[in-house]
Amino acid sequence: MRWSGRNIGLTALLFVATIAAWEAVVRVFQIPVFILPAPTQVGMALYRGLASGVYLDHLKYTLLETLLGFIVGSALGFFLGTAVAMNRYVEFFFYPYIIMFQSLPKVALAPLIVVWFGLGLTSKVINAALVAFFPLLVNTMVGLKSADEDRVSLMRSLAASDQQIFWMLRLPNALPFVMAGLDVAMIFALIGAIVAEFVGAQRGLGMLIQSMNFNMDVSGQFSILLILSLVGLILNRIIMLIRRRVMFWDPSEKSALEPATDDVAAPRVGRVVAARAKEGVTP
Amino acid sequence: MAPVTTEAIAVHDLSKSYATRDGAVVALDRTTFDVAEGEFVSVVGPSGCGKSTLLKILAGILPASSGDARLRGTLIDGPRRDIGVVFQSPVLFPWRTVLDNVLLPVDVQRLDRGRYARVGADLLGLVGLRGFEQRYPWELSGGMQQRVAITRALVHDPAMLLMDEPFGALDAMTREHMNLELQRIWMERTKTVLFITHSIPEAVFLGDRVLVMTPRPGRLMDDVRVALPRPRSLDVMNTPEFGRHVHHIRALFNVKGGVDA
Ligand SMILES: Nc1ncnc2c1ncn2[C@@H]1O[C@H](COP(=O)(O)OP(=O)(O)OP(=O)(O)O)[C@@H](O)[C@H]1O
Ligand SMILES: [Mg+2]
Repeated sequence: MRWSGRNIGLTALLFVATIAAWEAVVRVFQIPVFILPAPTQVGMALYRGLASGVYLDHLKYTLLETLLGFIVGSALGFFLGTAVAMNRYVEFFFYPYIIMFQSLPKVALAPLIVVWFGLGLTSKVINAALVAFFPLLVNTMVGLKSADEDRVSLMRSLAASDQQIFWMLRLPNALPFVMAGLDVAMIFALIGAIVAEFVGAQRGLGMLIQSMNFNMDVSGQFSILLILSLVGLILNRIIMLIRRRVMFWDPSEKSALEPATDDVAAPRVGRVVAARAKEGVTP
Repeated sequence: MAPVTTEAIAVHDLSKSYATRDGAVVALDRTTFDVAEGEFVSVVGPSGCGKSTLLKILAGILPASSGDARLRGTLIDGPRRDIGVVFQSPVLFPWRTVLDNVLLPVDVQRLDRGRYARVGADLLGLVGLRGFEQRYPWELSGGMQQRVAITRALVHDPAMLLMDEPFGALDAMTREHMNLELQRIWMERTKTVLFITHSIPEAVFLGDRVLVMTPRPGRLMDDVRVALPRPRSLDVMNTPEFGRHVHHIRALFNVKGGVDA
């Protein structure tokens, strides 16, 4: 689908209609505000929170946790993934643990991590990093190992060293996988930070939701959910932009933002792997 | 043991079997042949008879099971820098432009990129790809990709060329054109060429000799000397001598029950 003038109009119309219907249902059936607030009430809460600067303060904190966790977790995931893929010994000793941890819902560790590392920034960053770690680890491993046999043969026939094969073939070959991993890791890091804030924190949007829940401030919670989904969307777009930059050569990237109509058989490695990482790796 | 030789390629009693789940598969069975320096030798044989296996052994990327193979007198114990290899499929890197793909051997062997960029561009012109230097492989047709692969094998001017059905993916017209170009390049630069193909006419047209292989396990069935004068034009295909060679080789396959040759 294209964003033609007509489609934009229709989309806007549908959005307004949905909001209006929601408002009408809440008013007509007099649904109590602590069950489902009307859009206007959510809007008011959002305005109050933003105007007072409270939301922004907590948002910055959560973003900081998320980004630090994302960077630390994906960097570690990338390097360990590389070590495992490239060294048989590392693989032999680490692989069992990786398998073990992969199916464990990492967020279940949040209570422990908060106990170990306190209510401050550290525990949130660690939890976010822990969840962001695995998509990168798995995708880097798969990407480095999936270099086409014929291409490896070609490099060998040119008398390329193992280092050259790594830098000139395996690493570029792994890029689509790594980018798909980053895509997932970004959202996972946000989940990790929020969950750790639920468990115990002094600042952050997750902590704010938790305290609003105690006060039955449902409008407030809705307004924060709105912010969180926007944040998720923006973070995702940022990764997507980076990905298009890095993978300029991948034909599927040209049409990454809108489903193309003319992609006959363009390889969509990145997309396939993203799906795979989402299936195999739990936050 | 193999005699000490200065032939470009000397293969003696070479065998290769692959270990598979249902036992060993013999792909190449006690094959012996020589290729003189500067000679153009075609290899034909039915599918699965071990042609690619032979090529990979000569390229130094696959160890033989027994027997020995020498290039210019030295036993093959790994890849060498004085050979160019063209595989059955183009094997291009999608993140490299056409020219950068051609320059891959230059990058790997740390040669002077500036100098070879010109060589590469000239060669691309020679195979009809002028103006495509900065394109990416996925913007090219299969036949164009294969021509890039051939250019890549030529760019560092190796003394020996090993080609595995390089024109298999091309249409008949382009294929004939490429045959003429390959002959021209070979005559200009005196290279030793081992050229694997499915096409008997192509083998006869290009080769000083045609090695004919049996169905699996691959062995040498015949070694046909083709004395047609060079440079050969496409018209030689209509001469009686050309026809005799093609007929002779085809008959060999029919006796042996070769299938798609
Ligand atoms: N890696 C491998 N493992 C096991 N068997 C193999 C392997 N590679 C090739 N073979 C077997 O060895 C035989 C020869 O293979 P090869 O690729 O050399 O044939 P070919 O003559 O090049 O065939 P084609 O003309 O179809 O390319 C085949 O029967 C194949 O099944
Ligand atoms: Mg083959």
